[in-house]
Amino acid sequence: MIANLSDFAYIVAIALFILSLRWLSSPATARRGVLAGEIGAALALITTFFNPELVQFKWIIVALIVGAGIGVPLGMVQMTAVPQRTAVSHAFGALAAAVIGIAEYYLRAPAIDKFEMTEIALEVIIGSLSFTGSLIAAGKLQELLPQRPIVYRGQNYVSLSVLGAAIVLAIVMVFHPGYTALFPLVVLISLGFGVLLVTPIGGADMPTVISLLNSYVGFTAALLGFVLNSKVLVVAGALDGASGFILSVIMCKAMNRSFTNVMFGAFGQLQVAAAGKQEERSVRSATPEEAAAILEAANYVMVVPGYGMAVAQAQHRVREFYDVLTKRGVTVKFAIHPVAGRMPGHMNVLLAEADIPYDKLLDLDEANSDLPQVDVALIIGANDVTNPAARDSPGSPIYGMPIIDVDKARTVMVIKRSMSPGFAGIDNELYYLDKTLMLFGDAKNFVGNIVRELTGSGAH
Amino acid sequence: MPPGFISNLYVFVLAGFVGFEVIRRVSPLLHTPLMALTNALDAIVVVAAIIIAGRPGTKLSAALGAVAVAAAFSNMVGGFLITDRMLRMFKLSGRKDQ
Repeated sequence: MIANLSDFAYIVAIALFILSLRWLSSPATARRGVLAGEIGAALALITTFFNPELVQFKWIIVALIVGAGIGVPLGMVQMTAVPQRTAVSHAFGALAAAVIGIAEYYLRAPAIDKFEMTEIALEVIIGSLSFTGSLIAAGKLQELLPQRPIVYRGQNYVSLSVLGAAIVLAIVMVFHPGYTALFPLVVLISLGFGVLLVTPIGGADMPTVISLLNSYVGFTAALLGFVLNSKVLVVAGALDGASGFILSVIMCKAMNRSFTNVMFGAFGQLQVAAAGKQEERSVRSATPEEAAAILEAANYVMVVPGYGMAVAQAQHRVREFYDVLTKRGVTVKFAIHPVAGRMPGHMNVLLAEADIPYDKLLDLDEANSDLPQVDVALIIGANDVTNPAARDSPGSPIYGMPIIDVDKARTVMVIKRSMSPGFAGIDNELYYLDKTLMLFGDAKNFVGNIVRELTGSGAH
Repeated sequence: MPPGFISNLYVFVLAGFVGFEVIRRVSPLLHTPLMALTNALDAIVVVAAIIIAGRPGTKLSAALGAVAVAAAFSNMVGGFLITDRMLRMFKLSGRKDQ
C-alpha cells in the first residue's frame, strides 16, 4: 500500500514536471513552472522517506544537508558564471547517476543476467564520462583550464581507443558479471575518456558541448531508471535528455556543424590557415562624439551583443545606452544570435539582468527581417556571427553559418579593441565596408562615452 | 530481459516525445533557465539515491548512496534557485516595477 502510495506521488510529480516545462514556454508563465517543478520534487522526496525498505536515515539527512550546502551557493552565482555553474551541475547529475549504478552493481553481483549487466555497464560508462567531461567543461568556462582547443596528432584515435577499451571490458563483464575487480577499471577508463572528449574543444564551442553533456546526463538518468525499474527516473531522464538533445541541435545549426560531427566528439576547432593575403586595407573609424551624432539622428538602432560584451562587463552601460536613446524616441532592439553567449540563451539572461525588457530581445530570424529598416546596427563584442563571408563566400570556413545580416542596416558600428580576427581566426569583410564605422576601444568605456555624449547634448 | 523492461521502454519513448513537443515550444529567450530547470528536475534521481543509501545493503552501497544523495540534492536546490532568480529578471518594457 505504501509502495502504491509512493508510485501515485511519483505520477503526480511527473505530471507536474511536464507542466513545469510547458509553462516555461513563455516568460509570463515561467515562474509558475518553477513552482510546479518544486512541488513535484518535494512530493516525490517526502513520499520516498516513507519507503518501508529504508532502515537508516542518519546518513541520508547528513547528505541532504551537505547537498543543500553545496546547492545554495551554486544557485546564487553571478549571471556571467551561469555556464560554468551549469557544467558543474551536469557533473553532479552524472556523478549521482553513475555512483548509484556502481552501488547497484556491487549489490547484485555476481547474480546479474546479461541484460541487466548491459544496462548497468552502459549507464556507468555514460555517467562517468559525462562526469569528467562536465568538470573539464566547467574548468574551461571558469578559465581554470586553457580556453584554446588542446589538440595533438592522432587525438581521435587515442580517444576512441580509450572508449573502445571501456566497451570491450564492459562486454567481458556482460559475460562474466562476477569479475568484480574489473568493474572499477571500466569506471576509471570511462572517466578518462570524458577528459579526452572535452579537452580538445575550444571555448567558442562550449554552447554545443554544454547542451550535449546535458543530454548525456539526462539519458544516464533514464538508463538508471531502467536499471532500477523506476519510471519516475525514466521520465525525468527522458525529459532532460530530450531538452539537451534539442538544444544541441539548435546549437549545431547555429554554428553550421553537422549533428554526427558533434555526436562523435570530433568537434575540434577548425584548423584554419589564417595566412590569407595580409594587404593593408583601410577602415573608417569614429569617435564617441561622431557615433553619438549618428545615433541621435536614427529612428531604429539594433544592438548586436556578443560574448565580448559580457567579458568587458558592459551590460549596464548598454542598459544606459538603451535608456538614453529610448527617451529620445529612438527604437532600440537587441539581436541575439543563438551562440552569442557561452551557453544557449545566456545572452538573454545577461541582458535581462541589466534590466533590458525581454520584448526588445530579438532572435536571429526576427532581427534579420528587421535589419533592412535599421538605421544603425551597433556590434558590441561579436565578430563571426556578423561576418558576411558566412553568407557570401563558399570558400570561408564559416560558410553556411547563419549570421545576423548587419550589413543590411544603413550604418554599421563595431566596437572593437583592435583589428584582430575573431575566434575562428577569419577576417571580417564587414569592417571594410563603406557603411561601417569602427569604434576602437574597450566596450564598457566606449558605450559609456557614447552615453555621456548623448546625455550631454540632450541637456541643452 | 528483466521484468518491466518493456513497460519502461514504452514510458521512455512516450516521455521522450512529450519532452520533445513541450521543449520545442520553449522560447530561445529562456534556453538558459530551461537547462537549469531540467537539471533540477533530473535531480529527482535523489529518490533512488535515498533508497540506496537507506536500505539494508553494504557499507559501500550506503556510502555511494549518500554521495549520490548529496550530489543530486545540490542540483535540485541549486537548479530551482537559479532558475527562479533568472526568470525574475525577465520583464516587459511596459512595466515599471522597481
